[in-house]
Amino acid sequence: MTRMIDIYSILPVMIVAGWALLLLVVDLWIPRHRKGITALLAAIGLAIALGFVLASSGNTILGFNQMVVLDGFSSFMQVLFLVSGMVAVALAYDYIQRMNINHGEFYVLMMFSIAGMMLMSQAYNLLMVFLALELLSIPLYVLTGFARTRLESEEASLKYFLLGAFASGFVLYGTALIFSATGQLDFVGIAAVVTAGSANSVLFLIGAALLLVGFGFKIAAVPFQMWTPDVYQGAPTPVTAFMSVAVKAAGFAALMRVFLVLFPSLSEHLTPILWVMAALTMIVGNIVALAQNNIKRMLAYSAIAHAGYILMAFVAFGNGEVVGNTVAATLFYLVAYGLTSFGAWALVIVIEREYGKGILLDDLAGIGKHYPWLGVAMLVFMLSFAGVPLTMGFWGKFYLFRTAVQAGYIGLAIIGLLTSVASAYYYLRVVVYMFMKPGEPKLQINPWVSLVIGVAALAVLLLSLIPWTILELASRAVLLLQ
Amino acid sequence: MLMEFLPLLIILLLAVFIGVFVVVLGSTFGPKRPGQRKNSPYESGMVPYGPAKRRISVRYYLIAVLFILFDIEVVFLVPWAVVVRQIGVPGLVFMIIFVLILEVAHLYAWKKGALEWD
Repeated sequence: MTRMIDIYSILPVMIVAGWALLLLVVDLWIPRHRKGITALLAAIGLAIALGFVLASSGNTILGFNQMVVLDGFSSFMQVLFLVSGMVAVALAYDYIQRMNINHGEFYVLMMFSIAGMMLMSQAYNLLMVFLALELLSIPLYVLTGFARTRLESEEASLKYFLLGAFASGFVLYGTALIFSATGQLDFVGIAAVVTAGSANSVLFLIGAALLLVGFGFKIAAVPFQMWTPDVYQGAPTPVTAFMSVAVKAAGFAALMRVFLVLFPSLSEHLTPILWVMAALTMIVGNIVALAQNNIKRMLAYSAIAHAGYILMAFVAFGNGEVVGNTVAATLFYLVAYGLTSFGAWALVIVIEREYGKGILLDDLAGIGKHYPWLGVAMLVFMLSFAGVPLTMGFWGKFYLFRTAVQAGYIGLAIIGLLTSVASAYYYLRVVVYMFMKPGEPKLQINPWVSLVIGVAALAVLLLSLIPWTILELASRAVLLLQ
Repeated sequence: MLMEFLPLLIILLLAVFIGVFVVVLGSTFGPKRPGQRKNSPYESGMVPYGPAKRRISVRYYLIAVLFILFDIEVVFLVPWAVVVRQIGVPGLVFMIIFVLILEVAHLYAWKKGALEWD
């Protein structure tokens, strides 16, 4: 029987999903040239859901017969998803008009995807994890191909769909194997069977490994990163920005929830795999980004590299003493990375004039001279990405490295440190092109996009000075462990 | 536990055996008189014309997608209708919510003109 408390536990998800359904109908009667109304309505819906998330945070509830959970972790993640959604709406409003793809469905699909991500952070049953994964992925396949007359967009969409469906298959097969090993699907039941020692350990381990493959695809960890550059380049840039922040965060939410609750007993087997994955992700992401001339591809590889830094702290997931720090450092890094990433992608949106052409480094020439504020903002983002001391990115990396060292993975921390130094080269090259090369750029700057850039730059600067406020919030966002 | 599935395995093997056995039997002992009519895809049907990979109007694709939408609705409505007396008012409320969600899709398809042939 459904109780009121069940409804209460997933109220924000229901609001976003219900609002998206209503918006889909309302949008039918909004004329093509007034799609700004749809964007505004979508942002209002997300803001209302954000209000409910904040109001219900601080509670810990298991709802719908332990299908979903509401805890500090899910609330923190949901705030991240909803704010990302609002930023993406602000970025998209001007862009999709300019690229002549202004259909109201854009915002509706984005809201559906956000509902899936929010559900992902709350899922407490492997079937709910799969449902949320599909709900967040399928709208994204469509969004990637939203510029449907453009070959680049279609190509990206098809690639993303095929590989994404493949990854979903891995998650489903892993779920099936875990079910056959334990006879349970909900986390409470699985954890109980594992503690009692009556699970089939081989099937359980294979299931866990398959889940790792599926989630590794979503967070774009090496060796499951192949799709990232092509999809990030071909998708409409606001979608790319949204993907690089929110989808990655959702992937990490699923990874942390599932691994920390279900698989601590397997850490002996999974830790070496995660160690190699983290090391490869950092090395490949950073090294390949060095060779990129196209800004969108460079940011895509940098997104891979940042996933590697987070994985580095995650390697210690089975070590009960540092798990709290892992969660806090990861959440902090996701916020730092999200702010910086949205700022950098917003600048790409400003500079991008023609769909699918991408932006080469030469297109940046002269921007620092003619648009000094944009140049300064980009400087802030790039320094933060590179982790130059006392920026927000530096604090994020500092907390991650500290967690890795605490858990005894000093070799991994050294790899992270070295690749991070190497990454400074390609981040600072962007700034060098902006300020040192002569050029006559002509930009049309939309007020909403410049608002995003300004707020992101200010937030990065401010939080660089007071990083502990976010870290404190992150460390209070504990996961409900069994 | 695995022994519970033994009958399934036997049926599976039996099915494969019968299928293979009948084909082998026919091709070994059956009379063979090949000819032009005998080798055509439909021996007693119409004479085929053109290749099978013909272009099909994209409208059929749309019809198929819409069919899935309403097919799923019916698939869920039938079992609900069987137990509607037992599950009472909450069941009715949830089914109304479900149908309303599908109605959004219907309305969307209708307004976008997907239900018109031309």
